[in-house]
Amino acid sequence: MSVDEGQAAEKPRSLLKEIDLRAVAPFVALALLLVLGALTNPNFIGIDNLANVATRSAFVAIIAVGATFVISSGDLDLSVGSMLAFVASLMILFMNSGAIADPHLMLAAAVAFAIFAGAACGLLNGLVTTLGRIEPFIATLGTMGIYRGLTTWLSQGGAITLRSPEIQNIYRPVYFGSFLGLPIPIVCILVVTLIAAFVLYRTRYGRHVVAVGSNRDVARYSGIAVDRVRTIAFIIQGLCVAIAVLLYVPRLGSTSATTGILWELQAITAVVVGGTALKGGAGRVWGTICGAFILELVGNIMLLSNFISEYLIGTIQGSIIIIAMLVQRSLTRKS
Amino acid sequence: METNAAGQRTPVLAARRISKSFNGVQVLFSVNFDLQPGEIHALVGENGAGKSTFVKIMSGFEQPSSGEILLDGKPVRLPANGQAEHLGIVIIHQEFNLAEHLTVTESLFLGREITRFGVLDRKRMRAETRRALDLLGSRIDENAMISSLPVADRQMVEIAKAISKDARVIFMDEPTAVLSKEETGVLFEQVRKLRDKGTSFVFVSHKLDEVLELTDRVTVLRDGQWVKTAPTAMLDGESIAQLMVGRELSSLYPAKREPDVDEEIVLSARGITTGFVRDASFDVRKGEVIGFSGLIGSGRTELMEAVAGLRPRHSGEVTIRGVSMSSGDAHAANRAGLAYMTKDRKSKGLLLGSRMAVNLTLQSLDQHGKLGYLSPKSEANALARAMRRFDIRVRDGRVVAGRMSGGNQQKLMLAKVMETEPEIIIIDEPTRGIDVGTKQQIYHFISALARAGKSIVVVSSELQEVIGLCTRVAVMREGRIVGWLEGDEINEQEIMRYSAGLKKMAG
Repeated sequence: MSVDEGQAAEKPRSLLKEIDLRAVAPFVALALLLVLGALTNPNFIGIDNLANVATRSAFVAIIAVGATFVISSGDLDLSVGSMLAFVASLMILFMNSGAIADPHLMLAAAVAFAIFAGAACGLLNGLVTTLGRIEPFIATLGTMGIYRGLTTWLSQGGAITLRSPEIQNIYRPVYFGSFLGLPIPIVCILVVTLIAAFVLYRTRYGRHVVAVGSNRDVARYSGIAVDRVRTIAFIIQGLCVAIAVLLYVPRLGSTSATTGILWELQAITAVVVGGTALKGGAGRVWGTICGAFILELVGNIMLLSNFISEYLIGTIQGSIIIIAMLVQRSLTRKS
Repeated sequence: METNAAGQRTPVLAARRISKSFNGVQVLFSVNFDLQPGEIHALVGENGAGKSTFVKIMSGFEQPSSGEILLDGKPVRLPANGQAEHLGIVIIHQEFNLAEHLTVTESLFLGREITRFGVLDRKRMRAETRRALDLLGSRIDENAMISSLPVADRQMVEIAKAISKDARVIFMDEPTAVLSKEETGVLFEQVRKLRDKGTSFVFVSHKLDEVLELTDRVTVLRDGQWVKTAPTAMLDGESIAQLMVGRELSSLYPAKREPDVDEEIVLSARGITTGFVRDASFDVRKGEVIGFSGLIGSGRTELMEAVAGLRPRHSGEVTIRGVSMSSGDAHAANRAGLAYMTKDRKSKGLLLGSRMAVNLTLQSLDQHGKLGYLSPKSEANALARAMRRFDIRVRDGRVVAGRMSGGNQQKLMLAKVMETEPEIIIIDEPTRGIDVGTKQQIYHFISALARAGKSIVVVSSELQEVIGLCTRVAVMREGRIVGWLEGDEINEQEIMRYSAGLKKMAG
């Protein structure tokens, strides 16, 4: 009954407690998982295995950082998985075209091209949502189909593989190399997250994102260009996808029609597990990263423990997002 | 009615030493209260005095920390979440609880639909709705969609809903806040009729004239404590106000000061036309306070939003200090020095889930750092300054806006708007739903701003407010400015004549 909801919303609650619980919960869950993992398999807690897990979580973690912006501003982007496949395919095709002879220059141009393509895909999502006044769920469901379809068409149902061995050799270390002893994907996660946290918590734009996500009318009456803020959030999402592409391509050197399938589920799950409110208005970048680790850890534990078939990974991830929503809601109610 | 040995009637609902704390903060201290069958009992007090909490406890939405509630003289534990309606205790909320996409009839019977052989009995529900609306003297169509009704009509539907539930005790929280004078009159007439049939009412209101006009007894709360219960006939507005604030109120309105006739015109609106507003023109001089009066729905807010660039205009021109503004560009109007303060602080003014500092600086983030970077220190300084300047009283500066009292929210909103350092401030309903003490403060802020050379447009449905503050008053009716009043002409009778359409501007 509507009466109940009105009351629940007005009921005074301690915000301090709420913030603490919500912010701490994902890290507590991460710690519990580490303990659980250590109990199932002694190899689990080793540095090598954990670094491996963190490295593999890089794609989803970086995409999820972008999703944190979109979700904080009150929108949703379902197209990230197909967007990754599409941008990665374009990047490989660009390098295969041989337009630039020098492999270093070619790679630099391809990186710039991928970033541009990611931003453009994000911009398209943003414009369809804001200018087109279409629910983000539907708008990005549409572009999800479009990007996926284009990828399938580009690959003609097969795979798109990076042909030049020189470029492969130069590019490989970006995924497999390390910097100051840390695998480069982990360095990438840290850098992207630091920048994102700075933008979200310490800049005017970040404040606008939170305001737009909390209450669009208040934002509009406060002179904030709501549609611009939302569109830029989609562009940030596109850029994050592009960065994930830059790590993805050197790993396998090829894409196919199934690249990045269900990554939107993982990215959104990471954001929700991290404590960002799905209705907008509260973004937690570090929580998102934590959420991405949790997802990868669950997969890793499943692999090492042999309890559950690893083919059920999607089922488990789907369950995690539902459980995370239930936990989020109960944390809000209690305090 | 039952009587006890002393010959007194048993109160239908009573509170014995009710206390309530939220997270260790006590908001009600051992409050006693009794409601006789067939009486209209006013509950008054400043914002934050604990009225809303008390009403929630007496209607089961909150449980008291200690103390007991007596229904017909017997201790009860009221069921939560509105289930107390089954005991005949109904609350009419300040904010509406009507689903926009339902019809009037569907809203009235939401959750208690009448069925025949398991199928909705629409005919009977429509007839019942019509009966309840007729009882209220309301001509609202029972098949109309809620979304198509003006606010005043929605309030009537809420009341009809309560009546149709055969309530014994009805709590009304500021029921007249959005009603016109005529509508208020109709409502009061119905309330009296129901009282004479034995229904009891608790009437929560800031409008003391209405309290005096309608109620039988008054209970005053101050800072969570019971102060006094007395027959209304023994009190007047002044004495109730004094009981509420616990001190003498000096004059509510500061002295008016009129600017020179040839003072610079800072804001000029010419022939503004929007969907509803037709051909409205006005000028504001530097240091002037002008008022806009009129009935609810006369187009005042729409006009001001068009002037402030928050809604596009079909035709007309807005000039701020000589610079013409393009339609629908709120940002440009803001930069040119015009600020609009909304009347809707909960859904358009403040981020209720965010802290004070975030709300305060939202409109003026440019001032707090370079290249988009925000300096937390600069924001903290701004908050400390605003809390001093506008006397915002909170226990903890980190509190979220939604948990502040209405008066503090209103001050925060004013502070937020003033952070943009505007030269022209349009204030829509400056004191809606706030207590007398805070009202007085806000009037003094407005007056001080005008003395400092700011120009102010006050849009208000409270006649006393425009009369007390403004040196020129425009009256709107059905989207047009129908009269301009100055000096002695600014009085209730004149304003009502124009707004009721009895009188029109020459030409």
